[in-house]
Amino acid sequence: MFYAPLPMHIPDGFLSVVVSVILWIISIIIIGYALRRVSQDLGERQVPLMGVLAAAIFAGQMLNFSVTGGTSGHLLGAAIATILLGPWAGALILTCVVSIQALIFQDGGILALGANLFNMAVVGVAVSYFAFTSLQKMFGKNNWGLFVSGFVAAWLSIFIAALCAALELALSGTSPANIAVPAMGGIHAIIGIGEGLITVGALAFLRAARNDLLDKTTLEPIKGKLVWGVGLVIAIALAILSPLASSHPDGLEWVAEQKGFLDIAQPPLYNIIPDYVMPGISNEAVATITAGIIGTLIVFGVALGVAYFRRRSAT
Amino acid sequence: MALLWESLISAAVLQHKKDMHIHYLDPFREISSPIHELDPRVKLVLSLAFIITTALVSPGVWPVYILLLAIIFSVIILSRLGFLFVLKRSLLALPFVFAALPVIFTIKGNSLVSIMAGSWILTASTQGLERFISIAFKSWISVQTAIVLASSTPFPDLLMAMRAIHIPRLLVAIFGLMWRYLFVLVDEALRLMRARLARSGETGLPDRKTGGSIAWRAQVTGGMAGSLFLRALERSDHIYNAMLSRGYNGEVFTLDLPGLRPAQWFALFGGLGLLLALLMISFLF
Repeated sequence: MFYAPLPMHIPDGFLSVVVSVILWIISIIIIGYALRRVSQDLGERQVPLMGVLAAAIFAGQMLNFSVTGGTSGHLLGAAIATILLGPWAGALILTCVVSIQALIFQDGGILALGANLFNMAVVGVAVSYFAFTSLQKMFGKNNWGLFVSGFVAAWLSIFIAALCAALELALSGTSPANIAVPAMGGIHAIIGIGEGLITVGALAFLRAARNDLLDKTTLEPIKGKLVWGVGLVIAIALAILSPLASSHPDGLEWVAEQKGFLDIAQPPLYNIIPDYVMPGISNEAVATITAGIIGTLIVFGVALGVAYFRRRSAT
Repeated sequence: MALLWESLISAAVLQHKKDMHIHYLDPFREISSPIHELDPRVKLVLSLAFIITTALVSPGVWPVYILLLAIIFSVIILSRLGFLFVLKRSLLALPFVFAALPVIFTIKGNSLVSIMAGSWILTASTQGLERFISIAFKSWISVQTAIVLASSTPFPDLLMAMRAIHIPRLLVAIFGLMWRYLFVLVDEALRLMRARLARSGETGLPDRKTGGSIAWRAQVTGGMAGSLFLRALERSDHIYNAMLSRGYNGEVFTLDLPGLRPAQWFALFGGLGLLLALLMISFLF
């Protein structure tokens, strides 16, 4: 067991052409921009540094540790690459790794490569970058802060990337959202723990061996409003897409209806937004989307508030 | 999907015990066959077109599926890779199909069979089953195409083909350098694992637990990952200096690609025409 099955590389045939093409376009735009940024930052060092480190992340995915009963934890590497080299270089390295896996080892499809790049090289890297920089700000620069931020960034990168994969499958009509999302989320919530632990181990090692590498990256602040804006747009897009994704026959509810125990289902004690649907809006799809957008805005508001508060108290 | 990679690695590790090097990962098989001799640019474009065509055929259009399968089987025979070789690899790559299993039950249609699971009744529909088989079939055909492409084209040729379809030159250069050092760094990772094995105790006694807690084991593995990263960083420094001393100034110079010969153009457009015709047929249904 050198490579625990990570059901995140979507093969060909599972995504509809529309979903594949849209994600290809998004990935190409973002990776193209990352290529430009890394060229500016590294100049002529770019080719050897990115090439060798991409090979290192690929080889690092072989490193594993046994958990129990034949299962093992191992590394995907999005978080560690992002923490050490920044988001653009991280995205570029993951692009190389995921592309070679698809082209040479058939780990993930070729038409589906755009989606896999989006999940791992774009979303995985972006999520770990935001999680790491935000938490570093909150905890400050001590060992515990570094380790907690590293763990959370690594766990989130796996978990969110898996949710994206599940949503893509649902949008393609391959796997109903109400089964794919909890299944993928559940499996990867566990796989993410292994990723997080290894990332923390690597950070601890580098803290002891080459503290200068970590100091350089932790200084990098969240850059500008543009990045937050892009994040917000992506989150709202997900909010809009998710109800449309599950407009396919809703398996569990349909079963419930058939058995006639939908009436017996108890309403929860507290519901601010009942059944994820806004009261007062008659069209159900519109109401679900509205509820999703409001939820997204609340989360962003809280995050921005925390960031603002930290900055105020720091100065 | 990952199972294939895993089996490759275990084969590589077995080999590694013999000669301490890992050039085993490369799926390329050096055989002389018409498919191996086909221009890599034509091969890459036709493979992509074939996979896209497969994706575009709507579910349940079985005659076209059979034709697609016939094409890929003919290509496998022509490539002399051997059915067993491709079949084994493609089946190892299929466990993802389970992700699509629920559609059998969630798409409404003519009910086929009902399964009682506790207090739930799961009803499989013909439409759902049709969709599931279509997904599995498409995935299988696409994986076989990718296997033939990777096994019949050396990686440098693939890089050349990528340049021909206008993937940014810088990205292709990074791919190339990554491939060149991939085996070196996988060797490095295997050395790290061998060192861990060498300093770890193991016992056959069932009641004796070996190794520390899971967190401790993860930390050891993390240390290995960190050390791999550092070694790679230092190696990239050496490589950069070696490149500089040979006159590298950030420009990636490449030879101009040779033009396609008439026969290659014919193969390219013949293949694309055939796929287009198949697509037309599939829309008739």
